[in-house]
Amino acid sequence: MSWTAAIGLEVHVQLRTASKMFCGCPTSFGAPPNTQVCPVCLGLPGAMPVMNLEAIRLTVMTGLLLGCRIATRSRFDRKNYFYPDMPKNYQISQYDQPLCLGGALDIGPAGARRSIRLRRIHLEEDVAKSLHYGNSSGIDFNRAGTPLMEIVTEPDLRTPEEAHEFLTELQRVLEYGRISECNLEEGNIRCDVNVSVRRGEDGALGTKTELKNLNTFRGVHRALAAEIRRQIAVLESGGRIVQETRRWNDAAGVTEPMRTKEEEHDYRYFPEPDLMPIELSAEQIEVWRAELPELPAARRVRFVAQYSLPEYDAGVLTADRGVADFFEATVRICGRPKSVSNWVMTEVLRFLSERGATIGHLPLTPAALAELITAVEEGRVSALAGKEVLADLLERGGSPEDVIRAKGLAQVSDDAAIAEWAAQAIAQHPGPAAEYRAGKAAALQFLIGQVMKLSRGRANPKLAAAELRKRLDAG
Amino acid sequence: MSSPAQWTLTETRDRLASREVSSREVVESVLSAIERRNRELNAYVSVNAEAALEEARAADERRARGEFSPLLGVPIGVKDNIAVRGEPCTCASRILQGYRSPYDSTVAARLRAAGAILLGRLNLDEFAMGSSTETSVYGPVRNPWSAEHVAGGSSGGSAAAVAADLAIAALGSDTGGSIRQPASFCGCVGFKPTYGRVSRYGLVAYASSLDQIGPLTKSVRDAALLLDVIAGRDPRDSTTLDVPGLAAEAALMRVGAADLRGLRIGVPAEYFVAGLDPEVERLTRAALRRATELGAQAVEIRLPHTRYAVAAYYLIATAEASANLARYDGVRYGLRVAADGILDMYGRTRAAGFGLEVKRRIILGTHALSAGYYDQYYLRAQKVRTLIRADFAAAFERCDVIAGPVAPTPAFRLGEHLDDPLKMYLSDVYTVPVNLAGICALSVPVGRTAAGLPVGLQLIGPAMGEPTLLRAALGFERERERPS
Ligand SMILES: [Zn+2]
Repeated sequence: MSWTAAIGLEVHVQLRTASKMFCGCPTSFGAPPNTQVCPVCLGLPGAMPVMNLEAIRLTVMTGLLLGCRIATRSRFDRKNYFYPDMPKNYQISQYDQPLCLGGALDIGPAGARRSIRLRRIHLEEDVAKSLHYGNSSGIDFNRAGTPLMEIVTEPDLRTPEEAHEFLTELQRVLEYGRISECNLEEGNIRCDVNVSVRRGEDGALGTKTELKNLNTFRGVHRALAAEIRRQIAVLESGGRIVQETRRWNDAAGVTEPMRTKEEEHDYRYFPEPDLMPIELSAEQIEVWRAELPELPAARRVRFVAQYSLPEYDAGVLTADRGVADFFEATVRICGRPKSVSNWVMTEVLRFLSERGATIGHLPLTPAALAELITAVEEGRVSALAGKEVLADLLERGGSPEDVIRAKGLAQVSDDAAIAEWAAQAIAQHPGPAAEYRAGKAAALQFLIGQVMKLSRGRANPKLAAAELRKRLDAG
Repeated sequence: MSSPAQWTLTETRDRLASREVSSREVVESVLSAIERRNRELNAYVSVNAEAALEEARAADERRARGEFSPLLGVPIGVKDNIAVRGEPCTCASRILQGYRSPYDSTVAARLRAAGAILLGRLNLDEFAMGSSTETSVYGPVRNPWSAEHVAGGSSGGSAAAVAADLAIAALGSDTGGSIRQPASFCGCVGFKPTYGRVSRYGLVAYASSLDQIGPLTKSVRDAALLLDVIAGRDPRDSTTLDVPGLAAEAALMRVGAADLRGLRIGVPAEYFVAGLDPEVERLTRAALRRATELGAQAVEIRLPHTRYAVAAYYLIATAEASANLARYDGVRYGLRVAADGILDMYGRTRAAGFGLEVKRRIILGTHALSAGYYDQYYLRAQKVRTLIRADFAAAFERCDVIAGPVAPTPAFRLGEHLDDPLKMYLSDVYTVPVNLAGICALSVPVGRTAAGLPVGLQLIGPAMGEPTLLRAALGFERERERPS
């Protein structure tokens, strides 16, 4: 029998709140060290925490998006351990009464979706950041007290690839829900993973090990792959897996022992006496439920039904909430969903990926794109010229009509001008002209292309074809 | 005319308002009293004389301009575990030597807003852990009535300063009796408000679910006035209660002084048991008799879980303390003992920075929360807490206030209990149930022992029962006695 792995994740997500979890300090990234601090997040004697309700709302929204049960009563606890990055030497977290319980997230290709069960989601505060110099260390408390949401899965994932896919899908949900900036470089999402292996698919889970502080999805994938290989090798050589916490050595590509179960902290959790329990009324939860955004999977299905888009288009457009919103805003103005889809999927998305930009930061507005698409569809500007106009709008914004006018790209339907370009095309390319006369109809397409080239895309292609045919048939 | 330092708070306020005296004169009078007696009593650990005089001058100018605020130019002493911006806040511990608070506690901010001058820091047991102010790194506070006796604790500095006229009034904190017991030992009024009545923001936490700031004063009216200034909902402390303002002093104005007609006073059998000093019992019963003469009705009540209170208290308080005191690690402020590596630094700093009693409580609390012990200690203590709360709720069905002793004995001798922590803990038996239940209580002087030591009577009210409690206390209040 072959080996099966059972993988569970603990995902720490920095929430998108303006202020910290228990004080009014801002959460913005990159400020000079220790400039976003106060008595509360420095843990000064006598300071007391006050709950950030927006963090509670975002956690409940996440729970609702992932199908969790929302606790109408939950509370904060103190998790005690000494750590220089932790101002109070205890972390305010949630132990046995988290905000959200259960829930699931589906992964896998259409037709073979698999539900990964969640155990719980709770809220806690982040720690500070140590900076190490030659022979001294400093601590930057700007991050201390930032709201952190921890999502804990059941050990339902079977491969490193599945873990990676889960994280990607989760990131999409969090972005869709405007829960987190999901900026991995700034450490917005951090992972602890636990993994065990066993023979076959059934039976009791093997002894698990835990890997801490993986900051990239790729890191999660690599660390899991290495740890699974290690566990299988140990077991196949007759050894035993020790329950322990291990560290991922990215450079060496191996996991290393950190501490065994016996050395684990006793966190001595007890209810945080400085905060009242969190009580959420059913009405409050319903108000938040009504504010939930449509999730990617549901939106994909709706796009196919409502706009008659191919599955593929719907999938691409809904992968990013901003892109899907942009698409729908454009269609609301000009209709023609398939045209809009084509323009967004090709020109707009290519531009975004080239620049590494997000759609929210583009100068192009849905109104401008709608106007341009209408102009192309109505023949006022050719498709080729339309692309040139769009390139300009993507860079600088503005109105398509202005760009068309400024660049002289309005489609030319003037007979004299088209006749001139047609004559030139035939004169410059006698070969294809002869082929057409000999009955090879395809040669006409080449000549139309030449007319478009001579007119810098402005010639009305239908009129150009008619003019060429007239001249070639006559001559 | 007596010197201003001897006046009560309300008296001082009224005489300042009528321009009979200036703030400068009041502050000078208090400073000279401190000058005369603080070396002996050790009540203040620091006094900011120059700043106080400067603030007094400013207060007099404001008053001359016609400004009025309830405590304009009145000097108040503050226990050294309540943060005042720019002032030391050492909690009488070596580990916080050199630390100055960069921010104001909410009570300090409210006192300032009311015009008060925060002129000095008052001695206490280290981190408020103790019942005698003997665990202070600054040495013990002496009882103003007898230098061989303790002032009580942990707010011993506050109680001694007020009783000996080294302060017009003072703030203390009460976690298990730390305001009431020293008030009883020193002969002043000490008020522990309902949990949540006064903001704890800026009070250095000992046991967060039990701590409460309150006044130590020369009269019941003074306690009402000071409570009016410091009480109220605070957005920085989410455990404060959102209830209407007290206006306690105004309410007292409407009550005739010694009128206790219709008041039902509960007398718990459990508060008059073996171990209670005969003189304390005699003075307590005499006060109760006098109250019935003034129209009060004594009702026998039961508080059956009283005997579990001390054990429950010392488990919950030390458990919370073990976390609250974890931040004193030498990393950010206060004492740091250099060492190789962070763990070693933690160990050496805390070993050198904390005194014996604090270490004892941290270890006790850490143990009570440990895996395998949590259920049998911390959780069980919480269950006892629920039962004690229920005891009081049932009792208050039958009475308006509960009366009994504050402590089993008058002030004991310095060093008498130091080697026997258990005996010291057991002396908290009548005060800790109030903190466990989160209700309000006070100590009001009712007489002195043959040896001349003051004895206070404890009056306990239900949650939010401050107005009734103060009214009752007025009925028990006797003419103020002063130590010589
Ligand atoms: Zn802060």
